Amino acid sequence: MKSANLPASPIKTQLIYLLATFVLMLAAGPAMAADGSVAPQGMPWWFWPLALFLTCFLIGIIAVPAGIGGGTLFVPIIGGFFPFHLDFVRGAGLLVALASALAAAPTLLRGGLSSLRLALPLALLASISSIAGALLGLALPASVIQTALGLIVLGIVALMLMSKKSEFPNVEKPDRLSSALGIHGVFTDGASGQSINWHVHRTPVGLVLFLAIGVMAGMFGIGAGWANVPALNLLMGVPLKVSAGTSGLVLSLVDSSAAWVYINRGAVLPMVAVPSVVGMMLGARIGARLLHVLKGSVIRKMVITLLLFAGLRALLKGLGLWV
Amino acid sequence: MKQAPTHTTDTRSDADRYATLLEWGTRVGLFALIVSFAVNLLEWFPPHVPLDVLPQVWGLPAKAFLEQTRTPTGWGWLALAFKEGDMANLIGIAVLAGCSLPPLLALVPFYWRRKDRTYAVMCAAIAMVLVLAASGVLTGGH
Repeated sequence: MKSANLPASPIKTQLIYLLATFVLMLAAGPAMAADGSVAPQGMPWWFWPLALFLTCFLIGIIAVPAGIGGGTLFVPIIGGFFPFHLDFVRGAGLLVALASALAAAPTLLRGGLSSLRLALPLALLASISSIAGALLGLALPASVIQTALGLIVLGIVALMLMSKKSEFPNVEKPDRLSSALGIHGVFTDGASGQSINWHVHRTPVGLVLFLAIGVMAGMFGIGAGWANVPALNLLMGVPLKVSAGTSGLVLSLVDSSAAWVYINRGAVLPMVAVPSVVGMMLGARIGARLLHVLKGSVIRKMVITLLLFAGLRALLKGLGLWV
Repeated sequence: MKQAPTHTTDTRSDADRYATLLEWGTRVGLFALIVSFAVNLLEWFPPHVPLDVLPQVWGLPAKAFLEQTRTPTGWGWLALAFKEGDMANLIGIAVLAGCSLPPLLALVPFYWRRKDRTYAVMCAAIAMVLVLAASGVLTGGH
């Protein structure tokens, strides 16, 4: 929905870039095959990056109508079914989540769906903890990360099935910290035309929670929109649309910090990261345009099924039961 | 009937300033990412790890990959970025990962002039975390 509001000219420019890459990949594949380079599994080397690009394109299409970040689907699916090591998948996952958040953040800020005053304190703590999470993730054995990832993904499925969302939560009295920081705003909902003064409560608890969210974002490379939005909306009492918009802004800062750890540790492989980022962004643009055509509830069920399968795959792979 | 825009009002001018700088940074990052990927894919510069060798090493943990391919850590890639295609590709990735820095730094004097010292310090602190992460000092990249 966010992307659908983007002004036309930047979309056109980005689409040109993205289409250029797509054409480049399609053209380069057979050209490279001509030199006879073939991967050990019998596939030419370009098969996997091209398959990655197409998979991310499809993930991008369904992620927008399903209302989740592409990064949440990316790591379990690519980590479970592609031959790349989980270190490179997580590095690419962070870049996928980062690029999506960066592309959406300016529009959300200008449209007033994202609050800087709310995002900055949360991003400060989550950025610091995401570095710790990334370091921890790169230090632990892949099987441990894979198992934990499986559990987290299954937890996300449970959260998607059970969590209730509150469009306009009732905050009786803002807490002292949020009052001191001036975290509040006036939200005008385009759908209803209603203007609502929003405040936040439980800010200290929210800050602690964002420390934990940062660790998970850095450790698993799955972005953290799935955790940010419920924390902002249900815990801190931020209106749902402002929660979703502010979550993107927080992600753009948190994932940057964590991504640098992966870059410095050599865990970002351009041949994995770039097709993923480009495929996902191109798919998300199409997904945003299909919002009115596709039935959100059907897509959501499909994504939940997909996540359930990918989560089980990650868990069983981590436990050595399905290698 | 045209719907009214959905918006929130807190301090719009800081948001606009941040949004403009972030938008340009992202555009430059995406452009650099795609151009450098073309350089890598079309082998305009020979890659550090030959493309046909990649499938034999991309299943290794990052540490083993670095050892086997003798790929530098930290900012070591920058010295090779104008000689080797895959290292050149990291330019685009680095620009994208660093494009939040200019908008954050631009907000520091903005908040400071408005006597909003807490937020000025907060922006400076986030920028510092980003710079430290990028430098490799915190992460042992050097």
